Amino acid sequence: MAIEKEQLKRMYLTMRRIRVFETEVNRLYAETKIFGFGHLYAGEEAIATAVCECLHKDDYITSTHRGHGHVIAKGGDTRKMMAELFARESGYCKGKGGSMHIANLDLGIVGANGIVGAGQPLSVGVALSIQMRKTDQVCVCFFGDGSTNQGTFHESLNLASVWNLPVVFVCENNFYGISVPQRKHQKIKNVSQRAAAYDIPGVTVDGNDVFAVYDAAMEAVERARAGEGPSLVECQTYRHFGHYNGDPAYYRPAEEVAQWMKKDPIPRLAGYMVEHGIATREEIRGFDAQIDQEIADAISYAESQPFAPVENTLVDVYTDIVEEGRNR
Amino acid sequence: MSRMSCSEALGEAMKIRMRQDPRVMIFGEDVADMGGTYGVTRGFLEEFGPERVRDTPISESGFVGAAVGAAATGLRPIAELMMCDFLTVCMDPLVNQAAKMRYMFGGNISVPVVVRMAAGIGSGGAAQHSQSLEAWVTHVPGLKVVYPSNPQDSLGLLLSAIDDDNPVIFFEHKQLYAKKGEVTSFDPIPLGKGRVDREGRDVSIITYAKQVYTAQEAAETLAREGIEAEIIDLRSLYPLDQELIARTVSKTHRAVVITEENRRGGFGGELSAMIAEELFDELDAPVARIGALNTPAPYAPRQEQYYLPNAEDIVNAVRGML
Repeated sequence: MAIEKEQLKRMYLTMRRIRVFETEVNRLYAETKIFGFGHLYAGEEAIATAVCECLHKDDYITSTHRGHGHVIAKGGDTRKMMAELFARESGYCKGKGGSMHIANLDLGIVGANGIVGAGQPLSVGVALSIQMRKTDQVCVCFFGDGSTNQGTFHESLNLASVWNLPVVFVCENNFYGISVPQRKHQKIKNVSQRAAAYDIPGVTVDGNDVFAVYDAAMEAVERARAGEGPSLVECQTYRHFGHYNGDPAYYRPAEEVAQWMKKDPIPRLAGYMVEHGIATREEIRGFDAQIDQEIADAISYAESQPFAPVENTLVDVYTDIVEEGRNR
Repeated sequence: MSRMSCSEALGEAMKIRMRQDPRVMIFGEDVADMGGTYGVTRGFLEEFGPERVRDTPISESGFVGAAVGAAATGLRPIAELMMCDFLTVCMDPLVNQAAKMRYMFGGNISVPVVVRMAAGIGSGGAAQHSQSLEAWVTHVPGLKVVYPSNPQDSLGLLLSAIDDDNPVIFFEHKQLYAKKGEVTSFDPIPLGKGRVDREGRDVSIITYAKQVYTAQEAAETLAREGIEAEIIDLRSLYPLDQELIARTVSKTHRAVVITEENRRGGFGGELSAMIAEELFDELDAPVARIGALNTPAPYAPRQEQYYLPNAEDIVNAVRGML
């Protein structure tokens, strides 16, 4: 399953798009231009990018609180994402969802999620829907190591296994459940060990190696597509920022952080591309400039967009009921 | 026209829709081979096959969450919980997911799922198998809540629940499954429309589900004293038929609200507050609010009866108003 040159360039652009998006979002939070909680995906870009590279447009994903990367990799428009973070009406959720709830069914994104471990049962249901509709779609469920101690993780792997559903569980193990290191939150070394309990394949790969993730994900996706059931793919990675915007992450040893920074997936891929003659340094600088411009445009676009009228608060609770406003 | 139990009526509603719409399926605890804990899905496996009628592991968060995910992507699933007491172990998919997805995603998704569950006192179910937890879900914007009292309503309301594009929590009272009645219509009954169970001019007894029968018993006693009670069966708790409540209270000027839940923080409180706030000028007496005691349900039969509200409570409340 070799990756084509053009595909690799596209993947580089996606990773870079996520990185710059997140770096800018971090700045915008610091400047209080956007609000609420933001959980940044920087450092983990290779996973969303490589996994979504294995998917078709009509395949589904469920995401997490750290979802910007998944949305971008699945084809999300950075302008509409940024507009959502700026709480504007032209955002993906009309400004009602914010960072943790970006969804778009046209792109197969069944939503980021503010509840740790909530995506797994949803992904099982999405896969059930695929199985019932007898299409060749698959659903990828992204989640972190922290959620693998939730009951829903176990219930979902079990149900997906029993019903032989086309779902790929992708664990982004960044070694911390907020501040608690993996060694303190579970005794197993690899999350993928848990696959054995549900009699499904489980594999652990270097999540900062875009090729390793691609190979493992492609195998699992093809298996799901062929009706052979779910798999668990663990991708080991590291957050460049804290758990949320503004978390200095003092709980992580400086030496550990430094070690992981050396494994940054983006320079790794750039180095590979140069070394193998896929792109020159000059071309890569061009890619970077293109993305910088795209994200700058997304921010300008978002800032120029109107807010929705406050009465929009009352709609879309139900499909057929508009709630009552307050008499003032 | 035919005579059937609530159990059969619920089954009939699901069969009607499953025959018409391949997107409708059912899964939950013991619904396939066993035909449901209360026999509601008896014969479903044979008629619709193992793809559309599935037993699940005892794994409520997992399968209720799966129902929500399936509903968001093209199916119209029905999930069955054996007891509403098990809401405690699947609240996240209902409250944080199903109820909020449409809203937080900006109206770009709908979640047509029905979650059915048995509720209320059975006999000797004790503290974890007897609860009436409707207030937990009526509190949550994004959920619709239905709780029928008879076979006709069970059938018509379940059809509407399946047809609804929003998540619907469908309560079924354990002691009503075997309750028989005439079913004259196989059409949907719209959610949000209550019905007058008995007409009267002196006092309105506003209730739903099993307590409709407690109200009927009280109304008989009151009638012997020359007091004509009107009984309102709300049928769905959200959307709520506020118009009907306004109409009956404006007619009788007295309201008794009776529910089977613990009185504290219950849906009965919501009804009472609504009447007091919006119909104050119509009232000749304060609203009376009757519910179960604020204790867990006890096991001992005599204590269980002591714990539950009864007709005498209603009669006493009404006497106090006149």
